[in-house]
Amino acid sequence: MNAVSQTSLQAAAASFRARYEGLKERLGGDSIQRAEAADAFAHQGLPGPREEAWRYTVLRPLTEVAFHEPVVLLSDCAAGLAALPDLGMPRLVFIDGRFRADLSDAVTGAEVRTGAPAFGPSVALGEKMVALNAMLAEDGAAITVAPGVDAGAVMLVSLGSDAHGVPVSFHPRHSVVLGKGARLTLVEINAGTGVYFNNPVLVAEVAEDATLVHLRMQQEAAGAFHLSTVLAEVGARGTYDSFSLALGGRLSRVEVHATLLGEKAMAHLNAAQLLGGSQHSDFTTIVRHHAPATASRQTVKNVLTGRSKGVFQGKIEVARIAQKTDGYQMNQTLLLSGDAEIDSKPQLEIYADDVKCSHGATVGELDADQLFYLRSRGVPAEQARNLLVRAFLSEALDPIAHEGARAAMEAAIAAWWERQA
Amino acid sequence: MLEIKGLHAGIEDKEILRGIDLVVPTGEVHAIMGPNGSGKSTLSYVLSGREGYEVTGGSATFDGHELLEMEPEERAAAGVFLAFQYPVELPGVNNANFLRTALNAQRRARGDAELDAVQFLKMARAEIKRLSMADDMLKRNVNVGFSGGEKKRNEVLQMAILRPKLAILDETDSGLDIDALKIVADGVNALRGPAFSAVVITHYQRLLEHIVPDRVHVLANGRIIRSGGPELALELEAQGYAAVVAEAA
Amino acid sequence: MPAVTETLDTVAAVTEGGYKWGFSTDIEMDMAPKGLNEDIVRLISERKGEPEWLLAWRLKAFAAWLKMEEPDWAKIHHPPIDYQDLHYYAAPKKKPGPKSLDEVDPALLAMYEKLGIPLRERAILAGVEPGDVEAGEGERPPVAIDAVFDSVSVATTFRATLAKSGVIFCPISEAVHSHPELVKQYLGSVVPAGDNYFAALNSAVFSDGSFVFIPKGVRCPMELSTYFRINARNTGQFERTLIIVEDGGHVSYLEGCTAPQRDENQLHAAVVELVAMTDATIKYSTVQNWYPGDADGKGGIYNFVTKRGVCRGARSKISWTQVETGSAITWKYPSCILQGDDSVGEFYSVAVTTNRQQADTGTKMIHIGKRSKSTIVSKGISAGRSDNTYRGLVRIMKGADGARNFTQCDSLLIGDQCGAHTVPYIESRNPTAKTEHEATTSKIADDQLFYCRQRGLSQEDAVGLIVNGFCKDVLKELPMEFAVEAQKLLAVSLEGSVG
Repeated sequence: MNAVSQTSLQAAAASFRARYEGLKERLGGDSIQRAEAADAFAHQGLPGPREEAWRYTVLRPLTEVAFHEPVVLLSDCAAGLAALPDLGMPRLVFIDGRFRADLSDAVTGAEVRTGAPAFGPSVALGEKMVALNAMLAEDGAAITVAPGVDAGAVMLVSLGSDAHGVPVSFHPRHSVVLGKGARLTLVEINAGTGVYFNNPVLVAEVAEDATLVHLRMQQEAAGAFHLSTVLAEVGARGTYDSFSLALGGRLSRVEVHATLLGEKAMAHLNAAQLLGGSQHSDFTTIVRHHAPATASRQTVKNVLTGRSKGVFQGKIEVARIAQKTDGYQMNQTLLLSGDAEIDSKPQLEIYADDVKCSHGATVGELDADQLFYLRSRGVPAEQARNLLVRAFLSEALDPIAHEGARAAMEAAIAAWWERQA
Repeated sequence: MLEIKGLHAGIEDKEILRGIDLVVPTGEVHAIMGPNGSGKSTLSYVLSGREGYEVTGGSATFDGHELLEMEPEERAAAGVFLAFQYPVELPGVNNANFLRTALNAQRRARGDAELDAVQFLKMARAEIKRLSMADDMLKRNVNVGFSGGEKKRNEVLQMAILRPKLAILDETDSGLDIDALKIVADGVNALRGPAFSAVVITHYQRLLEHIVPDRVHVLANGRIIRSGGPELALELEAQGYAAVVAEAA
Repeated sequence: MPAVTETLDTVAAVTEGGYKWGFSTDIEMDMAPKGLNEDIVRLISERKGEPEWLLAWRLKAFAAWLKMEEPDWAKIHHPPIDYQDLHYYAAPKKKPGPKSLDEVDPALLAMYEKLGIPLRERAILAGVEPGDVEAGEGERPPVAIDAVFDSVSVATTFRATLAKSGVIFCPISEAVHSHPELVKQYLGSVVPAGDNYFAALNSAVFSDGSFVFIPKGVRCPMELSTYFRINARNTGQFERTLIIVEDGGHVSYLEGCTAPQRDENQLHAAVVELVAMTDATIKYSTVQNWYPGDADGKGGIYNFVTKRGVCRGARSKISWTQVETGSAITWKYPSCILQGDDSVGEFYSVAVTTNRQQADTGTKMIHIGKRSKSTIVSKGISAGRSDNTYRGLVRIMKGADGARNFTQCDSLLIGDQCGAHTVPYIESRNPTAKTEHEATTSKIADDQLFYCRQRGLSQEDAVGLIVNGFCKDVLKELPMEFAVEAQKLLAVSLEGSVG
């Protein structure tokens, strides 16, 4: 299997490279950095199952589809836009990876630039999906919040479509830069229809005392591929506070790299994955504690039905200098079907002695006693199950401070539950 | 005899003890009372040799030993016992094993014969009975899963078994109900005699009703500002520290 | 517990520190030339007078090995191993059996003494007595010992006593001749010849090891034990152990390992296969103390070991307990395939690394049978500039209804130049199964040390005490005598790492 899959991965990588060769004159931005990315991608290719970081998420289905450049500029995305929750915040809308000023709002409090991305220093080209993104990225939002400014909340929307008649792939490149003491809540929604491949990268720089709240809802189309990477760096006393909800897509992976660079920096990487059918979804995190007294918290919940497969990989790295680190990670999975599967790999890599690090992982089904208790009090079985699943998720959802966003997530979860029933 | 002269000590750059002079003759029990932050716990840690405290001046001798120059375990072998305000948990190490290891280490250091397991258990069980403690005390891991009161009782049990010449009780009464307080007091009183002395550090007079001290010292701002007989504790209880501190200033 | 006091005594006694098992024994050796090729494989097989099928099996393994690559996923680093620069066969020269201890090579006797083997057993091992002595009044129950010296089993004790109850305990090289049907049936049945790089290498060149067979319904009357020792220079050691316990049988097997102090790295690639049938129990305990190299990481054993047991029958149980203090590199994952319904797998591990040692060790629990249950308790202690990794897989297969796993994985760091890593893999395909994994990382707290020292313990005694407490859940699984030895080892290994 490996050999076959290796060949098809190479073929798929070759077609992405061919696209770059054809487009490179037209792609804007820093052509030298772009060429470096293309070099890196040519050298590395797409990740394969023999790589430790990709042993549980095999990209073979991705290689069975030929993806094209989205060529047509679409005007009608009314249905997708209408389905977005109204959270009373300005939104930046990308259709098939391209910014649509006509569908977007002005943002006050933050400076927003769109168009060909400036890659900045932290390009992380060793990450294969990041190299692919950097090679082909043509658009993205660069959001900058000045020091001391609370920029409120902004919605970043990506809609993928099948209006081109062929599967398309897009590789948006976003950045968020918060100055000292700045604040921003970014609500990211990924949705769409048909078959497409969304490969976004978001680079976040959180300066001293700044706070970025990053709330993400992945509701991609059932036939879609979603392979995203967040690269966040946090300065002293800064916070990167994120929650990722994965509901959609055929094959998805959300990868978050959070590097805590200043003393007392903090990262929350919470997530929930609710999967059914034959969905595959992967939440992978790497938290690097590179300064003393930094803290990280991860609560990741999986609810799996049908023949779905959930993956969690979480790594906490504590550098020698990062004494007094406090790292905690909990991954819990509910298997609601005999055909679902979870692969969980929580990982600690510790080089400092005066640290408090722990992780835990549990897998099981709903507690029969609890279920019986609820039913004996008159709650119908299906409702009782729903209640228990929501209770199971609450630990990850409750910390979401933005009430509108939390309500939208809850509603999306309720709709998901309806669909499963 | 414990003899402290002009002792200055602190943490990092912060001076906490600013010249303590104190003599506790062999056979006597002295109480040190004082408001929070006066340096009571620092004094007990400096005498027992905890790391992180810097002695910047003065001396402390016990029966001719220069305490401040000795390792913590050498002080223990010389007969100094600290009953901790917050006894430490040692997961997986049971009390019997811990105490026998400690006792034999001390005996070895003093040139005495070590006790074998049978001798030790016989002695330890007798002490437990005398102190009306639960039999499983020896089997339990050191302070793990102990309530606050149990931890303090365990300190008293250790003291009874290790038989120090000088016991320093660092707020051993804090958080104790009256029954536990009596056990602690009985434990100390049982050891009282011509060869035993104790420094009882406490915030309240309550403990001193059960362990009647020969002398009472008031510690404030890192100095002993007043000394007297047992009646001084009652005076403090009646007037509060503020009045006594103000009067001495 | 007296054992801890002994630990403390040992620490006190060893004033110079270092590896006290690092003696080398000067004994005349019969050695194959350096290098590895088909001829060497044939030579080994010929020396052992093996049947044709076994030679064919070896050659097949060798062919497979040639096509394989050294695994690179473990968190270990070492210069490339030159597999052609090793001797693949070394055995002490055979002489007619000695009549009394006086005739025995004194070096051999001295080695047994240093290994801590009781005098009478030393004599038996050296071949002086027929190897069958009843235990005297008031003595501890005897332990039957198989001593493997470099690649060859030199002696096995108490064989006649064991034979009375139907237990077979002998070198595997002998079992090939005396019980060919058993060896043929089970060899490679748990760890196939091509299982992994080091198992394939072992299958091609293994020269000896222990063979144990416990027939139906028999509870082995005494502990079985093997002492492994690498002695010769530039030799690899490739022992192969096979333990089969039939329905309702029970055995406890102990394994101890030491090696001399040498500047070069030596390779040890063993394979252990366990088969437990219905209601059978195998308890396998290891105290691994191969030479770990010096403080700068020079020398030491590369310990690449494949250990796996299969719980074939219902209610069978395999329990691995290991105390790993030695070796420059340890790469070892004693595993259980829980095939039988209600079968039980256990893994209790203490791994200590100091100086420049690297350990990547853990287990695999593969749940196939219904209600199969596994428990993993791993205690990793890192000191010096070492790296210590727990790597463990828990896989619940689709049919494993009601399976249970509990994993507790704790790391203790001593000093700020070492690393402690935890890499669990949890794969579940059955909703009625339950798995739980917990991991923590901590250090010896300053207040714990001070508390102990205030009660009179020296810094090193205090560390020994706290570390033994940290490992208690594992040490209590060891048979009594091994527990004592293990506690001493822990303290001695960590000497000088604090303060």
